[in-house]
Amino acid sequence: MAEFTLKVRRFQPEDQTEGPYWESFDVDLDPTLSVLDGLLQAKDREDGSLAVRCSCRAAICGSCGMKINGQSTLACKTMLEEAQSYAESHAVAAQVGGDKTESSSNGGRPEIVVEPMGNMPVIKDLVTDMESTHWTKIRRVTPWLLPDGDPPEREYIVPPESMIDITQSMACIQCGACVSACLSMEADPDFIGPAALAKAYRFIGDPRDAEGKERLHDLANDPHGIYDCTHCFSCIDACPKGVAPMDQIMRLRRAADHEEIQDQNHGHNHMAAFTKIIEQKGTLDEALLLQESLAPGIKGKLMPKHGAIKGLLESIPTAIRGIRTGKMRSLPKLIPGVHPKLPGDSQDHVKRIYAHTEDHQVELNLYIRGEEADADESVPQAEAVPESEVKPEPDEVSDSESRPGTDMGQAPGGGS
Amino acid sequence: MAYWPGCVSRGFTTELHGSMGLVAERLGIELVELDRANCCGAGVIAEHNQELADTLNARTFALAQQTGLPMMNICSTCQGAQSECQQRLRDSEYRSHINETLAEEGLSYDPEGFSNKNFLWVLVEDYGLDRLKEQVQRPLGGLKVGPFYGCYILRPKHRLGYEEHPERDLYLDRLIEALGGEVVQYDGARKCCGFPIITMAREVSLRQAGTHIGDAIDADADCLVTPCPLCHLNLDMQQPEAAKVVNRDLGLAVLHLPQLVGLALGFEPKELGMQKHIASTKWVEERLSDRQAADPRSEGAAVAT
Repeated sequence: MAEFTLKVRRFQPEDQTEGPYWESFDVDLDPTLSVLDGLLQAKDREDGSLAVRCSCRAAICGSCGMKINGQSTLACKTMLEEAQSYAESHAVAAQVGGDKTESSSNGGRPEIVVEPMGNMPVIKDLVTDMESTHWTKIRRVTPWLLPDGDPPEREYIVPPESMIDITQSMACIQCGACVSACLSMEADPDFIGPAALAKAYRFIGDPRDAEGKERLHDLANDPHGIYDCTHCFSCIDACPKGVAPMDQIMRLRRAADHEEIQDQNHGHNHMAAFTKIIEQKGTLDEALLLQESLAPGIKGKLMPKHGAIKGLLESIPTAIRGIRTGKMRSLPKLIPGVHPKLPGDSQDHVKRIYAHTEDHQVELNLYIRGEEADADESVPQAEAVPESEVKPEPDEVSDSESRPGTDMGQAPGGGS
Repeated sequence: MAYWPGCVSRGFTTELHGSMGLVAERLGIELVELDRANCCGAGVIAEHNQELADTLNARTFALAQQTGLPMMNICSTCQGAQSECQQRLRDSEYRSHINETLAEEGLSYDPEGFSNKNFLWVLVEDYGLDRLKEQVQRPLGGLKVGPFYGCYILRPKHRLGYEEHPERDLYLDRLIEALGGEVVQYDGARKCCGFPIITMAREVSLRQAGTHIGDAIDADADCLVTPCPLCHLNLDMQQPEAAKVVNRDLGLAVLHLPQLVGLALGFEPKELGMQKHIASTKWVEERLSDRQAADPRSEGAAVAT
């Protein structure tokens, strides 16, 4: 047993006079028990009004999503000793400060900071309103199969190679940790978000669904859709089940790219322009990227769309400021296309790589395949835990054995 | 070091590439520039074709390996995009497939013993902050610096070596302290600058940048420092535009990592290209001169170059 201090962000809606405040609880538990166990002990011994949502205590039900030391996660999957060690090394409690702290005298022990999930309204203490944010967004992506024609006489059959597309998203337990962590949603509350978009990919990748292209058009053209993800990886770190929602959003973009969906957000054009520039120049021609993302090719310049003119006009003040300070006072930075190629025959080799890889577009999914252990990282035989004692969770990539045929497949729509 | 400067440090942020050269020379770090290497793809090429992105980066790694030196980058985005490829290229079957494509150029990538680190990681893990402190000629004298890490060097942790180095998300803080600065705690230090969506969702992107700059100003920062030139584009080059979106005055200097180190090593702001920034760095220069005049430890430091 050991003592830990939980510094909890509290909010009691029935008390009209008091806003959110901090309260610290000392708990006494085995260090390998979870932060959720700590909260339940505090609730049991100190304050029965402490509100926390939980059920299975085994990272299956997805009820106890919250922020621990600022990181969105499941309280039942976070060990007390881990959380305390992180709180100490990162001086977390000092950073949150607090408008009202009822601190306990705990002998200088680092406090584990516990808060309700972000990007959602708080109902009470650590309980957030999942309905108004998470579930509304999930429903936004039509989260059910839309097959075409009559159902088969027997069950639908999904071929093994399609599992690359749906298995990872299917591991989602709807805990909301990724939504809580999403930095795009912080800046744009209308962003459809990581959980719902990962769910959407599960249907677009599912061969039983007949509306994949429609779904892609919808999500690519929505200003709060797949191109509103800022690629910050927060949802990947937050997800307790290895769903890596951002990876699924990138797969949605890849699928939209292969369908050549000309979205109104310039997402496809930006990706196509970027890829083309590196093929031609080897390194990025920033001026050309902006021009070709907004007004691609001759057609884009002769018949620019409204968004293109607006975008190009908006960039003019930035360019003028850059010329004034000297940041952009050179031809390659001002005139699209003047940027130099790689030296010697390097550019030819880059072009050759393009020619070769565009032919087959192999996609490696490490979630399904598993990662190879380095020679020096492998567990020595004598210390290896007998297999019978290890019960890996189905969502976790723990073994290095590959399952050929399901892991290295062609990207959706890939090949020619 | 086999030095990969990336695209943006030779494009819109040449002051980064320039200051890195000066600082490396002063620190005795020899840089062998990988001038034949190609763009990391910034995650964008991988969206189009994962195998293409992995092969392009394997080419860069193979070129670095030809030098026999460890690889160093100066861009969080390069670090993140390349680490993602490195992770997949640990798979031997997949790597063989990629190496077949590289063979025609006489290149091959072998992950054994290969390392690719951002300058920040090199400074803390290899060069050492104590050794760096010995080189300081103009201590920052309590200059209040807000760290801005950039997503690609922070997340996902399992890909970026946090198991071995669990405090990589504290290195900028430690570096600022080692140089004599004061770390400003503010909400945005480990958040996203918004740059990746500047073309697709301009307002959301600029709101992210503007909010973080505003938070740092509210926390009394004299400047920000970042190891990512793409963050610099949104935080500095787009700062006046971000100010319009968040509807408040900003005007906070944003330094590249080698510039902050360079100031402490005694270089003049102009040598470090700080006049090229959009958000004026005058305030930082004034604070440093004030502190220098008041601080006997730094007496005569400015002429030590």
